[in-house]
Amino acid sequence: MDLQLLAVILVDGLVYASYLFMVAVGLTVIFGVQKVLNVTHGAFYAYGAYLAAQMIGLYYGAEWPAYGGFVIIVLSAAFLGVVFAFLIERGLLKYLYHRDEHIIVLATFAAFLMLEDIQILIWGMNPYLAFQPLAELGTSEIAELTFDNYSLSMIALSFIIAFGLWYGLNRTMWGKMLLAVIYDRELSQAMGINVTAVFLGTFMIGAFLGALGGAYIAPTISVQPGIGVEVIVLAFAVVVIGGMGSIPGALIGAVMVGIARAAAVHMLPEVELFVIYAIMATVLVFRPQGLFAPVQARKI
Amino acid sequence: MKGLFDKTFWGLTIGLIALLILNFFLADWLRGIGLQSIARGMVALGLLVLWRTGLISFGHALFFGFGAYAAALLQRIGINDFFVILIVGTAASGLLAYGLGFLLRQYRAIYFALLNLAFSMILWGVLANLEVLGSTDGIGVRPPSYLGIELEGEANQMVLFALAIIFTYLVAVATNLYLRSTLGYMTMAVRENEIRVEYLGYSAERAIHMKYIISGLVAGFGGVVMAFAVGHVDPDSMAYWPISGDFVFITILSGSGNVAAPLIGAMVYELIRSYAFEYAPQVWQLIMGGSLLLIIMFLPDGLWSLTERFKRDKA
Repeated sequence: MDLQLLAVILVDGLVYASYLFMVAVGLTVIFGVQKVLNVTHGAFYAYGAYLAAQMIGLYYGAEWPAYGGFVIIVLSAAFLGVVFAFLIERGLLKYLYHRDEHIIVLATFAAFLMLEDIQILIWGMNPYLAFQPLAELGTSEIAELTFDNYSLSMIALSFIIAFGLWYGLNRTMWGKMLLAVIYDRELSQAMGINVTAVFLGTFMIGAFLGALGGAYIAPTISVQPGIGVEVIVLAFAVVVIGGMGSIPGALIGAVMVGIARAAAVHMLPEVELFVIYAIMATVLVFRPQGLFAPVQARKI
Repeated sequence: MKGLFDKTFWGLTIGLIALLILNFFLADWLRGIGLQSIARGMVALGLLVLWRTGLISFGHALFFGFGAYAAALLQRIGINDFFVILIVGTAASGLLAYGLGFLLRQYRAIYFALLNLAFSMILWGVLANLEVLGSTDGIGVRPPSYLGIELEGEANQMVLFALAIIFTYLVAVATNLYLRSTLGYMTMAVRENEIRVEYLGYSAERAIHMKYIISGLVAGFGGVVMAFAVGHVDPDSMAYWPISGDFVFITILSGSGNVAAPLIGAMVYELIRSYAFEYAPQVWQLIMGGSLLLIIMFLPDGLWSLTERFKRDKA
């Protein structure tokens, strides 16, 4: 195998991995705390992409400074994170925490179906294009091949997110509280932690990350109906491979899936569509809890 | 054959006779809806069998799609007899379930659901990629012949519907018998306390494997019926993950009280879907999702629990 191909696979793979990581990490955060496999995450992603694409269009139409487009992306995602946390966590999941886990997944599936239609009602069937931030950053050459800097910046953003989450969880008061809630909800409540607020807060962060994944990818794709359906099952695969509820797991899972897919695209395009699920099945077969499952505290 | 003739048996028999008579008067589009609800109801019946042990599969489109594609491929190699296709398609799915069952019977809870999802997505990826199978466009399915007799148009629909109802009836009666047998009851014990079942000398894994095979068989059956009902198979409408989601949808909508529940539930699902699609094509998913949420919130045991509520009120 020549070096150029290797470089292409590596860069393409990492770009794809960072995109997957952004989407999957929100899913895994929500699963880690709420123990809910949240299908509406696909909708967070799609809404993020739509809102960002629309806002970018408006922003650049007004001819304000070009770097502001990135602020717009983050703001759109943050806005959606807050809205969805109240809508889905407070409006729906709150009533279902005591029910069977399968029923909760199905309920989020139902909510996902509803959000899919609402999305079409808001943004219609026509694709949105928001290429300006992509054009803004220009391109660079790696191994005599041209990559756009915007895609490369996704890798950096993923590392920022991963570091931020690690820091927040392990080095702040808030993170300690969160870990306490994960280990024992009732006891932490008895110790005076506001579990309701923690649940809402983590869901907000998870939803924000899902929407950010969509918002950040928006300039590189054509935003159209059906992107949410596609991405949620990919995110499931990444989260399962890494271990549900594990943030380093989501990172490793995303890198594995990203590289595997890039390798498949460039070397064996026939298997591109299912190589990810083949990895998912293999991991489930040999290590069902995922590669980096968080240690479960056993309750007597 | 203790207890073959219980209330459910008579209920199913009356339903069969009523539908067979109705078949002569139904409009063609209603027959189409009927066929599709039978196809989906069958898969939901298989999921009910699993749900009795507390397991849910997010990937039964695997067996559904497998059965449907088996039907289309059999036609391609020149076998066009309905009975042969139905039996071979169903058996092929059952065989697949038998093989995968050795693995899946060791899984519980969300991992069982997700491993099924992974397998169904692999099938989807393979189907969408293979040029010989028509890639994402799929393949067309012709009306079958019945023991050498070729039928066209409405006559074909009528015979197809009648046969589908009869086979569904037989499957439902057999499943009812199974669920009321020792093996059937035992799987409910598995849900309650698996370790205790093992101490009693039964193998929980074997009981689950059995259920998995049954669910694979009936899902394959549903796939074959669906292939003939719509006259076309393609990966996105036979094996993609939202299809599996729909099956779980019908199972939970119906409730696990009785083998008739998923069949009725599938009919309700299909009617809501058709009407929503006809009168509000922009928001039909909104209506489907909304109805499902209402059921989950206010009828946790599904539509079938209405009958029990009715009985309780009378008593």
